[in-house]
Amino acid sequence: MKRGAPAHVNSGPMDTPAVEVVDLVKRYGATTAVTGLSFTARRGAVTALLGPNGAGKTSTIEICEGFRHADGGKVRVLGLDPVADATELKPRVGVMPQSGGVPTGARAAEWLRLMASFHARPIDPALLLERLGLTSVSGTPFRRLSGGQQQRLSLACAVIGRPELVFLDEPTAGLDPQARMATWDLVAALREAGVAVILTTHYMEEAERLADHVVIIDRGAVVTEGTPAELTQGRREVRFSTAAPLDAVALEAALPTGGRVSATDSGGRNEYSVATDDPDDVGPEFLAAVTAWCASTGVLAEDLRVRRRTLEDVFLETTGRELRD
Amino acid sequence: MTEHTSGTAASAVTDAPKPALDASLFTPAPGAAPMWRMVAAQAGMELRVMLRHGEQFLLTMVIPVLLLVGFSLVDVLDVGEGARVDALTPGVLALAVMSTSFTGLAIGTGFERRYGVLKRLGATPLSRFGLLAAKTLAVLGVQAIQITVLCVVALFLGWSPSLEPAGVLAVLALLLLATAAFSSLALLMAGTLRAEATLAGANLVYVLMLGLGGVLFPTSSFPEPVEQAVSVLPITALGSGLRAVLTDGSLPGLGAFAVLAVWTAVAGFLASRLFRWE
Repeated sequence: MKRGAPAHVNSGPMDTPAVEVVDLVKRYGATTAVTGLSFTARRGAVTALLGPNGAGKTSTIEICEGFRHADGGKVRVLGLDPVADATELKPRVGVMPQSGGVPTGARAAEWLRLMASFHARPIDPALLLERLGLTSVSGTPFRRLSGGQQQRLSLACAVIGRPELVFLDEPTAGLDPQARMATWDLVAALREAGVAVILTTHYMEEAERLADHVVIIDRGAVVTEGTPAELTQGRREVRFSTAAPLDAVALEAALPTGGRVSATDSGGRNEYSVATDDPDDVGPEFLAAVTAWCASTGVLAEDLRVRRRTLEDVFLETTGRELRD
Repeated sequence: MTEHTSGTAASAVTDAPKPALDASLFTPAPGAAPMWRMVAAQAGMELRVMLRHGEQFLLTMVIPVLLLVGFSLVDVLDVGEGARVDALTPGVLALAVMSTSFTGLAIGTGFERRYGVLKRLGATPLSRFGLLAAKTLAVLGVQAIQITVLCVVALFLGWSPSLEPAGVLAVLALLLLATAAFSSLALLMAGTLRAEATLAGANLVYVLMLGLGGVLFPTSSFPEPVEQAVSVLPITALGSGLRAVLTDGSLPGLGAFAVLAVWTAVAGFLASRLFRWE
């Protein structure tokens, strides 16, 4: 091996997935948190585990990180066993826990320098602090950092060693929009650099924006998975709201090809969704039929839009429950 | 929690992350640093955190120095025969060693476990052995500072220790063995109890040992059964051993070494079995 060359990048065939989970089971006493969960995460791609709190996301990710033992099934990380091959995996895998992980009295820059000193070819800590907007708090103890600053420092610690794979457990939970954007920028940069990213989230917007592959998890198992485009295709709908309730049956009768009208409950407002079985049927003429009926009955359709379904709709349809409950 | 709840909110605005991150910064190049560098860096971190911690500084430096100065100058305590500072210094040194290797280590490690620091370090290339080595070095570093300060203060107060080469070796051996015993007990406590329980328990033990362990006066002033009972405490073994060398100019009995060795073996075994990292 050439001196100075990345020592481990090529150990293990490159065609092995970043993470491979097959029929994973995890129990805590009488409760089964993970019930036969399977998914595969590609190298150099962003994979999002999306699901409500308590779905089994953190248990799954912590088993992949080697923190917990599986009660059943198979887990391979970079082709290796996360527990048996932990020594080989640790330099290659970056970890961002959901919270904490830093002594309250440690200062931001000194802790990041410590993390850098564990690695052979780390990113310059001062540079990474600057890129993450943490330079001004370099000397601030962890406990005095804001929530967003703590999260960003934790993220910096996960990537400082230039890993091949990073696990981010709820990287933007509780962050304000600005801090969330900063985290998204960093994930995008990691992906561009060829780093595999596995993140858990219960924000569907985060999964839609960042992920190459979305794995929707509920009650310890995979409900459905695919690219955001794959998951959200297959339905298109016209949505609008009105000042007063309208006659849904009459609207349905006025539509060309078997359109269905459903009222969605949105905090007391009259929200309507008009869809068809075949998404291609929701075209310009369909939209014209909806607005023509509105005009003929004197109804003003406010916030009118034609939209594809979202991951939130997918979750609702496949589990019968809201993502954020 | 939002950015704006903290006093650094203003800086969060001016110091906003740059929108475009240079992806080449993150090009994978993984690898672990050499073991010695990881241990040295971790030990330095532990040392700084210990020295910076206010309450720990009170237990490890302020109280021992105050006890030494106060009871050397004021005649309120029957410390036995000879110069007061000669009688007091060995016990205060023993207290200082215990304050770092037991009280400080237990509380620090307990809260590191509570805040997920031990778990997070478990995901780095630093091995558990490396972490223990770093903690040991940091404890020994703090103790070296404590012993230096206390010895200087004692010498100013007129301390005249008896220092034979064999005695100095015996003192070093006692200090190392006591550090091992106290550290094992600290890790046993920190690794099995809740952080708050460790905090309360470690402070209680500090106070009890201060009163019962022959720190300020020889345990020979206790009634016979009590003296027998406290003689198996690690701090009594350390204090009496140090007193034998530094005050009496003799060598410590094998009993002191045996007591410390048994505590080390039992607590070390239990800690290695029962320690939970999170």
